[in-house]
Amino acid sequence: MEPFVKHSGKVAALDRVNVDTDQIIPKQFLKRIERTGYGPFAFFDWRYFEDGTTPNPDFELNDARYDGATILVTGRNFGCGSSREHAAWALKEYGFLAIIAPSFADIFANNAVENGMLTVVLPPDDVAELTRRAQTIDGYQITVDLANTTIQDNQGFTATFAVDPTVQHRLLHGLDAVGLTLQQEAAIAAFEERRPAWLTVS
Amino acid sequence: MAGKTLFEKIWESHVVHEEPDGPALLYVDLHLVHEVTSAQAFEGLRLSGRTARRPELTVATVDHNVPTADRGAPIADDISRRQIEAMEQNATEFGLTFYGYRSPNQGIVHVIGPELGYTQPGKVIVCGDSHTSTHGAFGAFALGIGTSEVEHVLATQCLIQKKPKTMEVRVDGDLPQGVTAKDIILGIIGHIGVDGGVGYVIEYTGEAIRSLSMEGRMTVCNMSIEGGARAGMIAPDEKTFAYLKGRKYAPQGANWDEALAYWRTLATDADAAYDSVVKIDAATLAPHVTWGTNPGQVVPVTGSVPSPGEMTSPEEQAATERALTYMGLEGGTPIQDIAVDRVFLGSCTNARLEDLRAAAGIVHGKRVHPDVRAMVVPGSTLLKQKAESEGLNEVFQAAGFEWREAGCSMCLGMNPDILAPGERCASTSNRNFEGRQGKGGRTHLVSPQMAAAAAIAGRFVDVREW
Repeated sequence: MEPFVKHSGKVAALDRVNVDTDQIIPKQFLKRIERTGYGPFAFFDWRYFEDGTTPNPDFELNDARYDGATILVTGRNFGCGSSREHAAWALKEYGFLAIIAPSFADIFANNAVENGMLTVVLPPDDVAELTRRAQTIDGYQITVDLANTTIQDNQGFTATFAVDPTVQHRLLHGLDAVGLTLQQEAAIAAFEERRPAWLTVS
Repeated sequence: MAGKTLFEKIWESHVVHEEPDGPALLYVDLHLVHEVTSAQAFEGLRLSGRTARRPELTVATVDHNVPTADRGAPIADDISRRQIEAMEQNATEFGLTFYGYRSPNQGIVHVIGPELGYTQPGKVIVCGDSHTSTHGAFGAFALGIGTSEVEHVLATQCLIQKKPKTMEVRVDGDLPQGVTAKDIILGIIGHIGVDGGVGYVIEYTGEAIRSLSMEGRMTVCNMSIEGGARAGMIAPDEKTFAYLKGRKYAPQGANWDEALAYWRTLATDADAAYDSVVKIDAATLAPHVTWGTNPGQVVPVTGSVPSPGEMTSPEEQAATERALTYMGLEGGTPIQDIAVDRVFLGSCTNARLEDLRAAAGIVHGKRVHPDVRAMVVPGSTLLKQKAESEGLNEVFQAAGFEWREAGCSMCLGMNPDILAPGERCASTSNRNFEGRQGKGGRTHLVSPQMAAAAAIAGRFVDVREW
């Protein structure tokens, strides 16, 4: 996994609440057994008209001003619904490295971390201000600093955010969770020794 | 010392390792696997040269993507067939128990887990599916995970988890006639909102919850995720134990006695405290119908579609306006004036035997409205056979319903069962998101009884007056 330390990039605003993972990656793309190739299908039904190829100009992220954006700022409860990690894969391939919102659905937030993508929770007022700036300032950029847990632009916006120390450590160093857990082999084996026999089912 | 909640007891007994202020490493007792969220996890194991640590604690089936028409024919969609075949190959390669496309034990993963007795009180249960919360009905801590976590659990039999907070949702009083488990959970989500449970595990308590059958309890816990909760659970009791006794993979003999003694210790202690408490009076609940594009956008069947102006915040006003446009509805329209094109009786929320019996009771001797196409998709192959032995298929078919093979089907429309753009569906499933049942399709979530009545009437009707 690529580490996430500090990133400066263009901000795109998707000013909607409760964006569910069915919208982020519609089900017709979940039949594939690969882990890559989902970027072109991100927000597919919002992004394109019925023909599946003509971009819908009403969809915020189709605004040419957001071309090349790497940071998404959006409404509360982002990523709700289905557990499909395809949502995180699609957003990352679309180009987003960090997502900022007042809240995230739990499973989506975990999936993001597993893919080296940072989810930042900021108070609604800060999110509203970042949204306003992204919508009104051409090429609006911010810097997300995970080591110092700060977000700032060059026009006076600064905020600090909270992050679980373990998540921070994993993202900063790009650590694989399985590898970390396997370091606890002795503890796992000891736990298994204590489990009652009736818990083994088949 | 203060007592402990059901959740805390299970959590504490499953911590393998914990850093101060960090997440815990939890041991997983049962890992359920299906075809749509697992292929990349198995590929990850192969690439890193890892194996499944405890294949005997892992059970796989195919449900999301399987056609529900004739099982004798090959699967027409190449990409679907490859995914289903990949599940079988992966299960074989990694030594997992697998119930395939034509297995008598095949079915929706959250239906077969309880049905076969794998789901038990006190277990930590995970699956790469958000409706894993269903299994919490047995007093298990059951949660949905992503594909990377599926790989992690396969490799380590553990899950890294931050300890959630606890929320009690207490539903006191007796449930009125015609009001079902589905209406309880839709009412709860309408009350707390689709993100009201984020960061929490919900324990459902109160007389109305205790009075539910295990099937009803599964319906309630199933939709915990629609309120944003990490999991939902209900303390095990005599109903739970009676349901499990004699199930194929439930403990037997001396093991049963040992398990039962443990299960009886799990209920929340009288002096335990929750981080948050929500109280709902069952007497105030009515049959519910969703009108919008998330499960929190819901009103009683006697109500009307709301107008954006009734919403308190600008963001809710915008969301309501957007939902009404998508749903092709105008604010102020009485729910019972809304006509439906399709009826779907199925999904891990409401496709168990009790659901099918209740719906059959409504349609018995009647005919599906000429403008409606209605289908029943049983939750598992086993329960489909049971329903057939009771003659339920004949009741549905005589009324004009299609009677199909088991799977997730039109709950998420990955298989050929989908809505056409603009089609309106009364559905017993769990999500009314945009495009969920097919691009441009319009989903209204209801109970099996309400769906059955809508199929006959061609519009939503109050099942209490049926």
